[in-house]
Amino acid sequence: MKLEGKNLTFQYDKGERKILNHLHIVLESGERLGMAAPSGFGKTTCCKILSGYEQPDEGEVLLDGRPLSAYKGYCPVQMIWQHPELAVNPKLRMKEILKEGDRLEGRIIRELGIEEGWMRRYPGELSGGELQRFCIARALGERTKFLLADEITAMLDLITQSQIWNFLLKETSDRGIGLLVVSHSEELLKRLATRRVEWE
Amino acid sequence: MEKAKDILTAEHFSVSFMQRKGLWGMQKLPVIQDLSLKVREGEMVAVVGASGSGKSILAHGIMGLLPENACVGGKLFFRGREITAKTLKELRGHRMVLVPQSVSYLDPLMRVGEQVRNGKKDIISRRRGRETLERYGLGEETERLYPFELSGGMTRRILISTAVMENAELVIADEPTPGLHLEAAKRVLSHFREIADAGAGVLLITHDLSLALETVDRIVVFYAGTAVEEAGAGDFSKEESLRHPYTKALYRAMPEHGFLTVSGSQPFVTELPRGCFYGPRCAYFSEECKGTIPYRGFQEGMVRCLKAGQFRAKGEDVHETGRKKSDVSV
Repeated sequence: MKLEGKNLTFQYDKGERKILNHLHIVLESGERLGMAAPSGFGKTTCCKILSGYEQPDEGEVLLDGRPLSAYKGYCPVQMIWQHPELAVNPKLRMKEILKEGDRLEGRIIRELGIEEGWMRRYPGELSGGELQRFCIARALGERTKFLLADEITAMLDLITQSQIWNFLLKETSDRGIGLLVVSHSEELLKRLATRRVEWE
Repeated sequence: MEKAKDILTAEHFSVSFMQRKGLWGMQKLPVIQDLSLKVREGEMVAVVGASGSGKSILAHGIMGLLPENACVGGKLFFRGREITAKTLKELRGHRMVLVPQSVSYLDPLMRVGEQVRNGKKDIISRRRGRETLERYGLGEETERLYPFELSGGMTRRILISTAVMENAELVIADEPTPGLHLEAAKRVLSHFREIADAGAGVLLITHDLSLALETVDRIVVFYAGTAVEEAGAGDFSKEESLRHPYTKALYRAMPEHGFLTVSGSQPFVTELPRGCFYGPRCAYFSEECKGTIPYRGFQEGMVRCLKAGQFRAKGEDVHETGRKKSDVSV
């Protein structure tokens, strides 16, 4: 499959701040695209548009040649956010939060190191690294074809970072999921990316 | 060479919170336990730990800013004098300052210039305020802005300015870099380095070990609410010079050093294992690790591990697989 952002343009504040300017981006199944750029260049906005959370002012997002908005039901393009504590409903228990995603294999929960006891807790009772594991599981439902990872381990310690990425490397290559890796860490991108985009 | 003077000393410092459990019960949450560290003149010390490990509580604990349900134990000294509720009043905000984590610590309805001057309006304060902002590349026009008009990088520089204005002897920086891209983050840390080079002590609290290594003198590794190792920044150049199995595992998890993992995660404060907190994940765990583990001096640093120095050299090192939770006796 092929996820394509064509001619994407986006601005905030009624044109005062141009974020994306005629951006072209292509992500193929099974590849890992690395993206690095200074803050304020619109990396997060780009992820939001590619996963359908935001509409571009100009341009379109195509999945296998069809507009992303034409896919009804579960969106095959899923995004994982930098701050997991802001991406979960604080009033739901973790097991309810997992149900917000698609059908999920129990294997994924085990391989992510999610412990049974965490399921009954509320988000405020888990650390950032533990919460992020849930957010990743939630995004890895059966029908996920592309995964957009926006600085997903920037807030975590090095061991948790390597646990999460080692899992994602295996999972995405086993399932042929296309992965977009946004990170400011050159060393991390060197490890992960099969191809790089440079921002101008 | 004359030994640099200690500015901040923490001895067996601990913080716990009382939390309601069920209808009648109360539960004690030990967030920080038996923490000892020193910050000397001209020195920048980083406390590095994962998110949720209680690092911010440490900063607030030292500054005396904890909420009422917190119990504090151990002792804190400022230049050899114990910090008490009384001395805290003259220290806090003058000789000892906190650079908080985010923009939410600024007054949203007060212009930035005024906040940097701490509300003072005299000519000397005005001039100092302007000079301080200039030092961080912020022009005169910045003074008239409100906090919501600042970018992430500008906010950090304003927060640092408020601290520098007082010529403090101790600066505590709580996570000053998240949300900044690499160049900006490095610049922020270099500002703290300048403060230390001018003679003050800087305590940097961060989760970003790789970034801290470039600027600080010493690193205190924080795990499950306590210090497991204190090392010189140079010790991180190779695995053998590190003392604790957790620090070694951190080293090996760096993308440039193999990207290896250890299974498991940091225990939640209510589920701390007996004895060594890292025990359930440690390949060297044995019966004797179930007792109290002292924090002791070791090879010019500190370590909380009975077996430091007994590990085999790299190469014949067993791969750390860790144990399952079920193996831990509670």
